[in-house]
Amino acid sequence: MLNKYPLWKNALIVLILLIGGLYAAPNLYPDDFAVQVSGTRASYTVDQQMLDRVTKQLKAEGLVSKASEINGASGLLRFADGSTQLEAKEAISRILGDNYVVALNLAPTTPEWLTSVGAGPMKLGLDLRGGVHFLLEVDMAQAVAQRLDVYVGEIKAQLRAEKLRYRSVVHREDGSLELKFSKADVRDQASQLLKQDYTEFLLTDEDADGAYYVVVSLLESKVREIEDYAIKQNLTTLRNRVNELGVAEPLVQRQGRNRIVVQLPGIQDAAAAKRIIGKTANLEFRLEAKTDASSASTETYSFRDSPRKATLEKDIIITGSSVSNAQSAFDENGQPQVSISLDSKGGELMNRTTRNAVKRRMAVLFVEHKSRTLIKTVDGEQVSERVPYVEKNIISLATIQSILGSSFRITGLDGAGEASELALLLRAGALAAPIYFVEERTVGPSLGEQNIELGITSVQIGFALVLLFMLVYYRVFGLLANVALTLNLVLLLAVMSIMSATLTLPGIAGIVLTVGMAVDANVLIFSRIKEELANGLPPQSAINAGFERAFTTIFDANITTLLAAVILFAMGTGPVKGFAITLSVGIVTSMFTAIMVTRALVNLTYGGRTLNKLSI
Amino acid sequence: MASVKNFNFMALRKIAAGLSVVILLISVASLAINGLKFGLDFTGGSLVEVGYEQSPDLNQIRGRLQDAGYEDAVVQTFGSPVDILIRLGQSHDPKLGDEVLSALQAEEDQNLTLRRNEYVGAQVGEELREQGGLGLLLALFMVMVYVAFRFQLKFSVGAVTALAHDVLIVLGIFSVFQLDFDLTVLAALLAVIGYSLNDTIVVSDRIRENFRKIRKATSVEVMNISLNQTLGRTIVTSLTTLLVLSALAIFGGELIHGFAIALLIGVLVGTYSSIYVAANVLLAMGVCKEDLMPPEKEDDEEDDRP
Repeated sequence: MLNKYPLWKNALIVLILLIGGLYAAPNLYPDDFAVQVSGTRASYTVDQQMLDRVTKQLKAEGLVSKASEINGASGLLRFADGSTQLEAKEAISRILGDNYVVALNLAPTTPEWLTSVGAGPMKLGLDLRGGVHFLLEVDMAQAVAQRLDVYVGEIKAQLRAEKLRYRSVVHREDGSLELKFSKADVRDQASQLLKQDYTEFLLTDEDADGAYYVVVSLLESKVREIEDYAIKQNLTTLRNRVNELGVAEPLVQRQGRNRIVVQLPGIQDAAAAKRIIGKTANLEFRLEAKTDASSASTETYSFRDSPRKATLEKDIIITGSSVSNAQSAFDENGQPQVSISLDSKGGELMNRTTRNAVKRRMAVLFVEHKSRTLIKTVDGEQVSERVPYVEKNIISLATIQSILGSSFRITGLDGAGEASELALLLRAGALAAPIYFVEERTVGPSLGEQNIELGITSVQIGFALVLLFMLVYYRVFGLLANVALTLNLVLLLAVMSIMSATLTLPGIAGIVLTVGMAVDANVLIFSRIKEELANGLPPQSAINAGFERAFTTIFDANITTLLAAVILFAMGTGPVKGFAITLSVGIVTSMFTAIMVTRALVNLTYGGRTLNKLSI
Repeated sequence: MASVKNFNFMALRKIAAGLSVVILLISVASLAINGLKFGLDFTGGSLVEVGYEQSPDLNQIRGRLQDAGYEDAVVQTFGSPVDILIRLGQSHDPKLGDEVLSALQAEEDQNLTLRRNEYVGAQVGEELREQGGLGLLLALFMVMVYVAFRFQLKFSVGAVTALAHDVLIVLGIFSVFQLDFDLTVLAALLAVIGYSLNDTIVVSDRIRENFRKIRKATSVEVMNISLNQTLGRTIVTSLTTLLVLSALAIFGGELIHGFAIALLIGVLVGTYSSIYVAANVLLAMGVCKEDLMPPEKEDDEEDDRP
C-alpha cells in the first residue's frame, strides 16, 4: 500500500523524538549563580558540615544562599542572583583562607530525573554567556634568574676546562652574576674567554678589596628574548592544561608584556580549573646529601605531610621540564604511583648521576609557586598586595636500587587523586617561569545580555514568520512541515546537549542555516508533489513520487554541505569549529525530520485513503 | 507564478556573465587595494576598564564613546555591573585610558576610576587565519571530488566556481563599503558557503535529471527547463531564509547586524549564482547529454559510429 510506514518505522521515529525531547529538556532550566569551594590539595577536604558553617556565617552578613551541596571533592553554594554571588565569593574566601580555592560558577538546575539519564543543558560560549576569566602574571625576574642558573653551570665548566681558578660564582641582587677571582691576570683571561663565547653578555671588570671580579649581565635584547620565550612556553603549557580540562573553545592569550589571559566559557568546575591552570608545580630530582657534605652545598627540606626533614644536595639532577610523559597508576601494593618517561637529555643526565649513586637515596622535591594576598593599611586606605613565595616539599625519598634511565616511577603520593593530578601536570608540560593569579572573574557576555535577548527574540520572530509562510503557502502540508521543523530544532538541541557542545554566535549562524536547509528539503518535496500532480498523477502516487524524486536532490545537497562542514570542523579552530559542529549536526537532524518525520506525518494524514484532492 | 513559468533564463546568460565578471573584478581590486576592515576579534587592540559607583547604562556609554570619536568600541560589564570593560580598535597608547575616562567622566555625576589600560592580542589568532584558509581550500577540493564523483567533473567546476564567486563578492562588498569584518561576519560567510552549495546542487541535480530524461533538446533548452522547474522552490527557499535574516537584521540589535547583512547579501548572491554562474560554467564547458549517460551507453554510441 502506498504512503504507509510499517509500524516499526513509526515507532522508531517516535522513540527518537522522545529521546530527543528528553535530552533537549534540560535547556529549559536556567543555571543558578553559585560559588564553588574546593581544597588546594587533596588533604583539605570539603564536607557538608563545613558548608553549613559557611552558610551560617554568610547569613550573619546578610548573604542568603539558596542551597548547598557536595560534588565529589568540592562544595557548591547556590545564590539567587549575580550580585549576591559576587559578594558571597569575597566573604567565603575571607572565611576559609588560603587553603581553599573559592571560585565563581554557574550550576545547572537540571532536575535529578534528567541528570540520572545523563541529560544536561548545552553550554553557551563566552561570547554569549560569559564564563570564567583568569588573568595570570608571569614572573619575568624568575625566568631570567632561571636562565642565569643554567649559565652558572656552563661558565663553571668552561673555566675549569681552561684551568682558570675562580673563587666563587654568585647571583647579585640586580640579577647579574658575579665571578670572583684572586688574581688579576686570571680574571682578565676569563673575561676574554667569556667575551669570545657569549655575545649576549655585558661584561664589566671590577676590582675591590684585593679581589678581582667579572660582572656578567644579560643584554636587554637577550632579556627580551628570554621573556618572550617564557611567555610562549607558558602559553603552550597553559593551552595543554586547558585542553586536558576538556573545555570547549577556550581562550589563552598574551596580554601586555608579562600577562596571560585564560577564558573558559561554559565551564562546569571552575575551582578545579583554577587548581590545574594555576598549579605552577614543578618537580626537582635531587640526591640526598652525604653526611660529610659541606653545608654550603646542601639544603634541608621537610616532607610534605610530616614534620620529617631531609638534607639534599643543592645540585638538581633534572626538573619536571625533562619529563616527556607521565602516567598515574597503582603499584603492586595498591599504592598510587606515577610512571615517568624522560626525554633523551633528561634520561642521559639521570643515567649519568645514578651510575655513581646506587644505594644512595634520591628525593623528589615538589616545587610550588604560590602567592598570598596581604591587606595592608596605607594612609588609612586598605591596599591589597600580592606576595609571591615558593614552597618546596619532599614527596618521596627512595633508595636508588639500580641505575635509572629514561623511564622510572615515583611513589609515596597522598592518594590516587594526587597521583593523577601530578601526572597531568607533568604531562601538560612545565612552566618556563612561575605564574601568579592577578585576578579571577566572571566575564559578562561580550554581546551584552540585552543583545542576546534581542538576538533570541529576532530568531523567534524569523522562525514564526517562516512557519506562517509555510502554513499559508502549503496549507496542510505546510502545517506538517512546521511540526517537523520544530521537532528538528528540538533534536538539534538534544544532540548538541548530548555532545556537550558549546553554543557560540557562529553556532547560532549554523542553526539559522539549518532551519533554512530544513525548510528547503520540505520545499523541494512539496514542489515535486505539485509537479507530479500537474503532470496528471493521482494524489497518492504524486505524494510517493514527490518524496522519492526529491530524495536524491536533498541527499546530494546535504551531503555536499555536510562534507564541507566536516572538513571545516577538522581544520578550523575556535569559532569556525563551533559553526561546523552546529551545521553538521543540523544537517543530519534536518534530513531526518524533513524526510522521515514529514513523511510519517503525511502518511498518517493522507496514507491509505482514497484522495481526490491534496491541500498543497 | 504562471507568467514566469517559461522564462528564458539562458538568453540573459552573456549579460549575467559580464555582470559577474565586472563585480568580481571590483571585489578583487577592492580587496587588493582597500583590504578588509578587520574588527577587534582579528586585530586585537586596546582594553580600558572603568569602575563606576553605580551601574551605568551600557548604551549610553557606547553613545558617548562614539561622540568622542571612538568608533566601534565594544562595551561590556566585567565581573560586576559597575565594572565596565571597553575594547577599542586603536593600537595601544599609555594615554588612551585617561582620554577615554575623561570623555566618559564629562557627562557623569558619579566618580569614575580607571582600572586598567592595556594592549590585548587578537581573539582570532594567525592560527585561525592560516588554518581557516587552508581548511576552506581543502573543503572546496573535497566538494569538487564529491560532485565530480556523484555528478560529473563539469558540474563540480560549476559548483566550485559559483562558491568562489559568492564568497569573493560578499568579501568584496565588505571591502568596498569598509564594513567591519569580525567574528560574526566570518560565521555568516561560512553560512553563505553552505547555502550557496546547497542551492547550486539542487539546480545541478535537476539539470542532470533532465539531461538524462529529455531526448531531444539543446543544452540551453535543458538548462531553461531545469531552471524553470526549480524556480518555485528557489523562490520559496530564498524567501523563507530571507524572512529569518530580515528579522535578524531588523530586530536583532547592533551586534548581530553585520552577521545578518552578510548573510542577506550572501543568500541573494548565492541564489543568483546557482542560476547564472553554475549553469553558465556548465554551458561554457560544453556540457551535453553524453556527459551524464551511464558508461555502457556511451560504448553503444561509439559502436554505432561509422
